[in-house]
Amino acid sequence: MTAETAAAHRAIEAVWRLESARIIAGLAGLLRDVGLAEELAQDALVAALEQWPADGIPANPGAWLMLTARHRAIDRIRRNERLAGKLNLLGRELEPAQHEAPAEFDDVLDEGRIDDDLLRLMFISCHPVLSTEARIALTLRLLGGLTTEEIARAFLAAEPTIAKRIVRAKQTLASRQVPFEVPSPAERPGRLASVLEVLYLVFNEGYSAMAGDDWMRPSLCNEALRLGRVLAELMPAEPEVHGLAALMEIQASRLAARLSPDGLPVPLLEQNRGRWDQLLIRRGFTALLRAQGLDGPPGPYVLQAAIAACHARAGDAADTDWEQIELLYRALGALAPSPVVELNRAVAVAMAFGPERGLEVVDGLAGEAALAGYHHLPSVRGDLLARLGRDGEAADEFRRAAALTRNIPERTVLLRRAAECEARR
Amino acid sequence: MRFLMTVNGGGRPPDEQLYAEMGRFVEELTRAGVLLATGGLDRGTHVAASGGNITLTDGPFTESKEVIVSFALLEVRSKDEALELARRFWKVVGDGEGDIRQVFGPE
Repeated sequence: MTAETAAAHRAIEAVWRLESARIIAGLAGLLRDVGLAEELAQDALVAALEQWPADGIPANPGAWLMLTARHRAIDRIRRNERLAGKLNLLGRELEPAQHEAPAEFDDVLDEGRIDDDLLRLMFISCHPVLSTEARIALTLRLLGGLTTEEIARAFLAAEPTIAKRIVRAKQTLASRQVPFEVPSPAERPGRLASVLEVLYLVFNEGYSAMAGDDWMRPSLCNEALRLGRVLAELMPAEPEVHGLAALMEIQASRLAARLSPDGLPVPLLEQNRGRWDQLLIRRGFTALLRAQGLDGPPGPYVLQAAIAACHARAGDAADTDWEQIELLYRALGALAPSPVVELNRAVAVAMAFGPERGLEVVDGLAGEAALAGYHHLPSVRGDLLARLGRDGEAADEFRRAAALTRNIPERTVLLRRAAECEARR
Repeated sequence: MRFLMTVNGGGRPPDEQLYAEMGRFVEELTRAGVLLATGGLDRGTHVAASGGNITLTDGPFTESKEVIVSFALLEVRSKDEALELARRFWKVVGDGEGDIRQVFGPE
């Protein structure tokens, strides 16, 4: 491959990354078939790889890909119509064949229309007929423009597994005849919750990446954040969309501070706040204000973003408005009761009103089946006991937590804390 | 990956049409989730530090071509994406000069 060809290929790949979601969305809007839309978009990409190195990169590469893909879509529709016409003849049903392309073809490059199609593509990729894993893979593939190999690397999965998952997801959408549309007002809250959940799962998968992991993993944070920002512009009237964007912006602001130089996780309250990204914090606040400016009671993402904002506003742990955080966790728990939320509330109670009060809340969770294998429960309990000077019990809890976590750097930190408690006994 | 795209002075003076086109371009980048921040810059004050002495000089400076007049901070997945966006930007602006550089930090 010559240097020019390699340069052209890199440029094509960049254009594809930037444009593929809109191209697939626009085609799916025409064809009402996501699988076919992706296939024809890929055909256009192949055409670009063949033609651009020889002919040069077109003046508007995104439009070139879109138009090429559109021609293929129209050819496909006409062929199907001819086929349908022949079948009609066999059935002696003489209907006039449609030779003209439908009027909507002219609107293919209409930006507003493509925005609508992009939103439909998000909803269908996160459709509840698909498993959560399939929703994630399809979203990253169709909206993120990631290759199967990249998705596999990011999720520490085998490439054929992900490939199969995507093929099956497309087959399910086709066989269940899932319409390519924005859900009706009645269905909308549940369907939107699924889209937000998928984005936040992708974000958290990236957030949990450790030093030394493949760089594809942490890049999932940026991918989820980018899609969250796109969704916020597509659905500006939905407070929870801005809430999720705010939550991810503020959490991403801590990415540089959340690992120590030796690659161990640093708890929020011990992070060097000078390393928090103020630009992302400001963007998070802006998104949160947009959410709070809209009607309706705050949903779970707005509440979590408000909690993240309390931390972002504070100069240090002591300076944090823990009473406000405790109230926000209380509101979150009232929306969707969860022992994990209650455990987080216990931390806020301890910070606001002292470790004894926090311990009372934690001990109220002792019998929770949902927390049985959850290492944060003994870890929080150990922390509160240590602050009360009950070092022997604290060390036991840290060791229990260390045995429960599968995350090795986290285990290292917990065992270190156990040893510190032992030393103080 | 973050990239800082800067525009030097001395290009075609903005008219109403350029403002409108640039407004559309900025909106497009915002909608695509890649534009983190953007702004125009005053001609400013030049700072020179030497041996502990700090000299401040108010503009204007002789060569406007050497002065940054606006910037855009982009978050993209590769340098090639940043370069593609720069190509699109300069198609809107027309003649002129500027730079695009990666901002060091987490990828």
